[in-house]
Amino acid sequence: MSYDYGNAAELLSLCRDSRLSIADAALMREAKETDRSVSDLLGQMTDYYRTMKKSIRAGIELEMRSRSGLSGGDARKLAAYAGSLNPLCGSAMVRAMSYGFAVLESGAQSGLVVATPTAGSAGIVPACLLSLEEEQAISEQDAGKALFAAAGVGIVIGKNACFSGAQGGCQAEVGSASCMAAAAVVEAMGGSPEEACNAGAFALMNTLGLVCDPVGGYVEVPCVSRNGMFAVHSLLAATLSLAGVRSVIPLDDVILAMRDIGRRMPRALKETSEAGLANTPAALRLFPR
Amino acid sequence: MMISAFDVIGPPMIGPSSSHTAGACRIGLVAWALCGGAVAKATIGLHGSFAAAAKGHSTDRAILAGLQGIKPDDVRLSVSDKIARNSGLDVQWETLDLGDNAHPNSAHVQIQGELGDRHCLVAASVGGGMIEVRALDGYPTSFSGGLETMILWHEDRQGFLSKLTTLLACDEANIATIRSSRIRRGENALTVVEVDASLPDDLLGLIFRLPAVSLLRRIPKLL
Repeated sequence: MSYDYGNAAELLSLCRDSRLSIADAALMREAKETDRSVSDLLGQMTDYYRTMKKSIRAGIELEMRSRSGLSGGDARKLAAYAGSLNPLCGSAMVRAMSYGFAVLESGAQSGLVVATPTAGSAGIVPACLLSLEEEQAISEQDAGKALFAAAGVGIVIGKNACFSGAQGGCQAEVGSASCMAAAAVVEAMGGSPEEACNAGAFALMNTLGLVCDPVGGYVEVPCVSRNGMFAVHSLLAATLSLAGVRSVIPLDDVILAMRDIGRRMPRALKETSEAGLANTPAALRLFPR
Repeated sequence: MMISAFDVIGPPMIGPSSSHTAGACRIGLVAWALCGGAVAKATIGLHGSFAAAAKGHSTDRAILAGLQGIKPDDVRLSVSDKIARNSGLDVQWETLDLGDNAHPNSAHVQIQGELGDRHCLVAASVGGGMIEVRALDGYPTSFSGGLETMILWHEDRQGFLSKLTTLLACDEANIATIRSSRIRRGENALTVVEVDASLPDDLLGLIFRLPAVSLLRRIPKLL
């Protein structure tokens, strides 16, 4: 039997018919398509998770600013604030934010990151999963499996829209990452495939329209803070779904909306640094044309 | 279209950008493999967002890394310009417009190998580190580097594909995709074959001895 699917509705019916989680379905699909064993695949994904944690650690230890001078050292500040007495929003949320910062700050200084789904959005899924490991006591193996849930939903986005900022704006990068992270968190928390896709729909619909306008062309402003803040956003989308709130627009439709908006978005706001934040007086003082 | 879970999560790569750094490096790696692993000279044209955002994303250093066989997760990527200077690799950069139909992250790469072979490719970095080669030496084509790829330059002769697939079948090599293109009937053609498992050297030797074949190159699986 085939475990392939073209959209979220097909993925959900596959999960229902075969009594699989999204992570299991994505694992079976991969095993079937590549002739590799489930334990081998899970091992590789768990290794990726360990690499993600190394990027987070490297980013938090960074004190130096990047070559452009736009980022570096902020994940560290956030981690310190998270450890202070009674931080606003609670320590767990501030730490999740610092992890999102950390991956991008590390990547901006030629550190090793795992593109999830892209390097510019590589902080969101790792930040959410490390939060779960710390706060909800999931194991590294569970996190590796949750990455398959993230991939399972990511495959739907890849087939029906795209991941590149140059084609779809930031919503295609950070929006996709948030969608994948929210779905993975819900499954890791014991939620159903439907609840996972529902969380993905909330995460993605609230990133629609995000443009890609990096200052000076560097993957730093706003990318670093955006990864930190949208890690928290993804945890909130998962929370919505676990609380039983249902999205009126299903995930497949939100993905089509993302694609449509990406196509209509002007080129100047798709990773060309011609408009938006990149074209502000402050940005132009730093990087004159 | 088959998208792997590891296309979505991964690759592990040197930052900062999957399309502008890892994908750019892979475009360079295709060019490197086309020259049999030794590039002497390159002229690289950047189009669209590739041109606009090259500096901030280390796109130039990433393509240069690929041209020297340095992979996206290798820390030497960030100093590939120095490595190129030391090894005497001659590189020219230009900005160009490949037209509205070109993907915004496209590069036009002209290379000359140390053995004198010259190639020209147009490739796009389509997101998440994935690439698509869209033209090679003037022939329209399409391959991603996601599988091992064999490229054949040959005369456009009747029965050529039949001989080729027979040889591949003898080794039980499974063809994932095969695409031939030519400019004019009866002249030269390009055939690109993506296979699931690596092709053994003796089989490549046999294929190269087909009378119509003038050049054969193998691009290793890049992902």
